[in-house]
Amino acid sequence: MADSNAKIRIENLVKIYGKNPYPALKLFREGGTRDSILKETGKVLGIADVSFSVNQGELFVVMGLSGSGKSTLVRCINRLIAPTSGNIYVDGEDVAHVSKERMRDIRRTKMAMVFQKFGLFPHKSVLENVAYGLKVQGMGQAERDKKAQDTLEVVGLAEWSNYLPSSLSGGMQQRVGLARALATDAEILLMDEAFGALDPLIRRGMQDELMRLQAELHKTIVFISHDIQEALKIGDRVAIMKDGYIVQIGTPEELITQPADDYIQAFTQDVNRAQVLKTGTIVRQTVTVILGEDSVNAALDQMQQHELRQMYVVNRQGRPVGLVRRSDLEQAVQEGQNDISAVMERDFPQVSGSTSLEEIFHLYEKRRSLAVIDQEGKFKGVVEQSDVLASIGRLTAKSKEETAAVQDYVAATV
Amino acid sequence: MIDILTHFPNLWGELPVFLDPFQLFTIPLQEWIEGIVDFIVDNFRFIFQGISVPVRFILSSIESFFIWVPPTIMLIAIGLLAWQIAGGAIAIYSLIAMTLIGYFNAWEETMTTLSLVLTAVVLCAIIGIPLGIAAARSDRFESTIRPILDAMQTLPAFVYLVPVVMLFGTGEVPGVIVTFVFAVPPLIRLTNIGIRQVSQEVVEAALAFGSTPNQVLWEAQIPLAMPTILAGVNQSIMLALSMVVIASMIAVEGLGQMVFRGIGRLDIGLASVGGISIVLMAVMLDRITQAVGKPTQNLSWKDRGPVRLFRSLTQNQKPASST
Ligand SMILES: Nc1ncnc2c1ncn2[C@@H]1O[C@H](COP(=O)(O)OP(=O)(O)OP(=O)(O)O)[C@@H](O)[C@H]1O
Ligand SMILES: [Mg+2]
Repeated sequence: MADSNAKIRIENLVKIYGKNPYPALKLFREGGTRDSILKETGKVLGIADVSFSVNQGELFVVMGLSGSGKSTLVRCINRLIAPTSGNIYVDGEDVAHVSKERMRDIRRTKMAMVFQKFGLFPHKSVLENVAYGLKVQGMGQAERDKKAQDTLEVVGLAEWSNYLPSSLSGGMQQRVGLARALATDAEILLMDEAFGALDPLIRRGMQDELMRLQAELHKTIVFISHDIQEALKIGDRVAIMKDGYIVQIGTPEELITQPADDYIQAFTQDVNRAQVLKTGTIVRQTVTVILGEDSVNAALDQMQQHELRQMYVVNRQGRPVGLVRRSDLEQAVQEGQNDISAVMERDFPQVSGSTSLEEIFHLYEKRRSLAVIDQEGKFKGVVEQSDVLASIGRLTAKSKEETAAVQDYVAATV
Repeated sequence: MIDILTHFPNLWGELPVFLDPFQLFTIPLQEWIEGIVDFIVDNFRFIFQGISVPVRFILSSIESFFIWVPPTIMLIAIGLLAWQIAGGAIAIYSLIAMTLIGYFNAWEETMTTLSLVLTAVVLCAIIGIPLGIAAARSDRFESTIRPILDAMQTLPAFVYLVPVVMLFGTGEVPGVIVTFVFAVPPLIRLTNIGIRQVSQEVVEAALAFGSTPNQVLWEAQIPLAMPTILAGVNQSIMLALSMVVIASMIAVEGLGQMVFRGIGRLDIGLASVGGISIVLMAVMLDRITQAVGKPTQNLSWKDRGPVRLFRSLTQNQKPASST
């Protein structure tokens, strides 16, 4: 549990709304459910004993239906809502139990928040909005204006600094909200349905923008969403909440390939799996020929032994350098040619393990399997077209009809 | 028939107690209140005397200034002020209204009334706005103060005229106090509402960046509640003007006194002059203060009215003097 890499670690967090929540808390500890507690005490159980941690540099998405307690959870982290019980460690400090003054300090320097309806100050200019966090930190006018202007540049709104927020479109306003959060250099960003109020197209643009910024800045982000597509697209890990507790935490692929229960299954049903699944998860390990070590005969032996029709050639560093086919090798043996580099095809498709299945369909041609490489460029294995079809089909298809539909889809995409 | 009718009163008189329980006893509310007021007057009068010192100071400074300023200068000042705040049309109205009042031979009374109203409104602002802010911050304080405000607004002014006279004496200071009591509730209410109406998300945003409660108040809540607070000030001014005649019953001078004396002597002319002057002034103050709340154009104050004229004049002169 004690993960040294954890930026935020939440332990047994409980939130019960209303004055004097302790009878309700007692009821909860004795096994009361949200409904039974509401009936007996009239108190709403917002968070029901939640524990998890968010790693440094991670984009952690909390996803759930309306009323599942997402906003409550994220507001407990910066204590806009006071937790009823439990601990929230940020850099090892329990923010659930620090003084008000210390909490203000943490809010000023460590965490910034982006709101669903932007939460901009309507009477302040865009620049003043972005500079607000710096002003509260006590930074001087000239310095904070400069910094705010620089941050506006990052989100592409430099020319709008003197306008009021009301003269900007929704997407632009949320960029201002994002800039305001980035300007303080806080390491933690709390984003409560930050893109929830935007049109689908703008929303997708903002998701891409956030991922671009995150690749540069490596913030620790807790992102609330009620959109499973969004969660799976941007999240490094996703927690799914229901009635105040967390049903499952996992990477997008884990949620799809190993749903904890029917609830999660139902959530992920309509998701385009090809978009979420990564090539690395369905890679098939296989034998290779090492260039400069193995002879053509040895390679042919291996192929016959494993009943392969093609095989990748790797160099001594383990990087794929070519592809040999069984027919070519057989011909080479007849001709007495023993140099593999003379018979291998150097032009072969290779993808990294983090590429989604959707992006690799178009690479299949001439019945070649794809070489999959890891982050260092080393050969991990192959993925064949049939593997892709099978993995999507296995997950989606409950019936033959659906399998056919998937294959149609694949055919259309290829 | 007649028999029954004549017997009825007797029947009443002999009604058993359970049918008319009120004959049992009377709550001596009158005596109690008399007792309380007498007690306060006897023991705490000095407090009220103390309160009247700053009130009298504000009032007499404003009044003596207004009366000292020659009417022409006053007219110009009012015209410029109205122009700057509310625009040309209302400036012209104000000038005509005040000129008429002058020719009605009611100028001095108007200045007296104006200073009384202004003093009462200044007091309302000094006391009412902080109370409204406090009410917005604490639900408990709000629910405590609400019935008091209701009572202040619904209690007929004549009822508290007597205790006020007993505590403060007669004259202009108690007049201001009576006016204050009547005019302050809407300002407290509207300040409270205005601050509570500020979007929860904006307040949360301010807090999330580490603002102190005071920073939330000054950076977000008060600026955003300002139009509502100013509407409250406008209401206060209007209510203060409507108290002018009642206040004249405790020997407050001014336009109210003209009306009051006119009624007393059945002098319809005198009463009408006072009344019409009050209306002319009320409309003027209403329009000017409303405009403070919502500037008609989105121009900043520098680009409006006489300031703009002055600025453009001086800017034109500069190149001229350099050549
Ligand atoms: N101030 C409050 N007092 C009482 N109950 C509250 C309060 N705020 C939220 N709740 C309740 O707590 C539960 C969780 O609310 P929360 O706002 O965290 O949900 P959410 O997941 O953010 O939903 P949404 O997607 O609608 O924003 C809901 O049942 C809600 O009614
Ligand atoms: Mg929410």
